Amino acid sequence: MKVLVPVKRVLDYNLKVRVKPDQSGVDLSNLKMSMNPFCEIAVEEAVRLKEKGAATEIVAVSIGPDQAQETIRTALAMGADRGILVKADAEMEPLAVAKILEAVVAEEAPGLVILGKQAIDDDSNQTGQMLAALLDWPQATFASQITLDGGKATVVREVDGGLQTVAVELPAVVTTDLRLNEPRYASLPNIMKAKKKPIDLKTPADYGVDAAPRLQVVKVTEPPKRQGGAKVKTVDELVDKLKNEAGVL
Amino acid sequence: MALDAQTRAEFIAAVRRFVEERLRPLEAQVADEDAVPEEVVADMKALGLYGLSIPEEYGGLGLSMEDECLVAMELGRCSPAFRSCFGTNVGIGSQGLVMFGTPEQKAHYLPGIASGEIVTSFALTEPEAGSDSGSVRTQAIWNGEHYVLKGSKRYITNANKASLFTVMARTNPDVKGGGGVSAFLVPRSSPGLSVGKPEKKMGQQGAHICDVHFDDVRVGPELRLGAEGEGFKVAMQVLDRGRLHIASVCVGVAQRLIEEIIAYAGARKQFGQPLANFQMVQAQMADCKTEAYAARCMALDAARRRDAGDNVVLECSASKLYASEMVGRVADRAVQIFGGAGYVADYGIERFYRDVRIFRIYEGASEIQRLIIAREMMKQGV
Ligand SMILES: Cc1cc2nc3c(=O)[nH]c(=O)nc-3n(C[C@H](O)[C@H](O)[C@H](O)COP(=O)(O)OP(=O)(O)OC[C@H]3O[C@@H](n4cnc5c(N)ncnc54)[C@H](O)[C@@H]3O)c2cc1C
Repeated sequence: MKVLVPVKRVLDYNLKVRVKPDQSGVDLSNLKMSMNPFCEIAVEEAVRLKEKGAATEIVAVSIGPDQAQETIRTALAMGADRGILVKADAEMEPLAVAKILEAVVAEEAPGLVILGKQAIDDDSNQTGQMLAALLDWPQATFASQITLDGGKATVVREVDGGLQTVAVELPAVVTTDLRLNEPRYASLPNIMKAKKKPIDLKTPADYGVDAAPRLQVVKVTEPPKRQGGAKVKTVDELVDKLKNEAGVL
Repeated sequence: MALDAQTRAEFIAAVRRFVEERLRPLEAQVADEDAVPEEVVADMKALGLYGLSIPEEYGGLGLSMEDECLVAMELGRCSPAFRSCFGTNVGIGSQGLVMFGTPEQKAHYLPGIASGEIVTSFALTEPEAGSDSGSVRTQAIWNGEHYVLKGSKRYITNANKASLFTVMARTNPDVKGGGGVSAFLVPRSSPGLSVGKPEKKMGQQGAHICDVHFDDVRVGPELRLGAEGEGFKVAMQVLDRGRLHIASVCVGVAQRLIEEIIAYAGARKQFGQPLANFQMVQAQMADCKTEAYAARCMALDAARRRDAGDNVVLECSASKLYASEMVGRVADRAVQIFGGAGYVADYGIERFYRDVRIFRIYEGASEIQRLIIAREMMKQGV
């Protein structure tokens, strides 16, 4: 079975985001970019499925600028077999991404699409769901465990207040949550081997997708500055404040 | 083979992330327990660190000297005890085999060294032969069938973990000095070979050195490395290359300490302002950065020239001399800028201060580097 793993290039998770002075977005100039952490988890899961013999080929696809090739290389170094870069310099909205992925799926015919539940840049949490709808495939989002058995996937989902287990027929779309796995470090020999793995170059036009934005960003602002805390003298005072001021006890 | 720019960047990023996420959080624990946890050693093997300098055809990465130096600089950004786990496999423990080994010897040992399955040691120093390493007394006398090794080696890094030793021993007792010495590959399992207890050291807890004793250890001729009488040459060429690796580690440690200094001097306030506002502190900071930058340039320049095939004996020695002395000064200033906190163990600065002291002593003490530099100057006339 072929597994398709979409991966996104985002601002490195260790860095602090700065809002542009004109509030049109965040400033990405000269900052380190990396693979979205949820996408890393998706790649890791696909590689584990391949190691277990449940998957035969892993295709990593990224939609973004030329440098998104680096993100694909990271996936290849972790164990993906080949890559597809759909080159798009403009910011891509989830719907456009989902439509491009729909076309990639039509071409590649994977048995499973695993992708991050959201990207840490805009936190949309939409692409997987939109893709499933466009394909009319079953979806299992926020996965913390995936088991493949015959033609179906049993997925444990992280939902508010607990875990939910669902079974979906394959082919299906699964989105990853934080606790699905701990992604491996790409080893140095595998980084070298990844150089030799192929990456196909495409454009949205190749798939006949109109990627024009449908949303307009009105403004982006910093979160409010944290208010200074207060010191208490005794445990009793703390309990009193928790009860009567914060109302949490 | 030199890496292309993108692969090199990915390599460096992968090592940096490993150092930051996996190794740094364990620095204090490793120092306290005097051991690097097994899982971390396994992770270092999986990452490929044991095979950095082993040719690709034997399962290593076959990095160019420049690339190896860049990786070593990243690895320097955590306790040097971690690097010591695989340091002998990358450097002195394997390079004799890479440079002088027969195809059979290489095929037999290098893949295991690259994967970390075989840990190697380099046994040159003896109780009576330190800086004067050409005077080794350990004997390897040919009995018509075997060489019979007798003698003791001292301060041998990783001896307690090694399964393969490169041993320099005198095959011709009539020739004093380096010309009577040959190099041998000696498996740990050889009858008569024993390893002493790890020494208590000033720093780099987690890395170990021990005596190694050879009590009539028989070694077949197929395990001799290079020709008879070539052992000292093997040792010198191995050490020569290793100097650039050590210099790069020194640059990395200095860079780490500089980061610690920046953070502390920016946060710690006295007289109502951060330490970094005081000119005398600024001067110390600027000297740290300038000297670390100079050492970095020296190591990379020498490495590039070595990759191009130039003779860089002088440059390797100059680089090791300068970088090891530089990191000592940087560590000393770090303690000074941290003040009492620099002397107290919790901050880890005093640990680095102790850790870096050895760089001025092993793989050729500073004085010996100066002898080499002056000798080369007279030879080259420049
Ligand atoms: C942690 C550690 C790890 C080591 N790992 C290894 C290893 O893996 N393999 C190995 O073979 N050895 C190893 N060594 C040994 C190390 O290489 C020697 O300690 C070093 O070469 C110095 O030799 P020495 O200790 O006998 O000092 P000595 O040679 O006695 O030197 C003492 C002092 O005299 C100076 N001196 C000596 N001769 C001269 C001269 N001609 N002119 C001016 N000054 C001079 C020296 O520079 C030094 O300052 C290790 C040592 C340590 C402490």
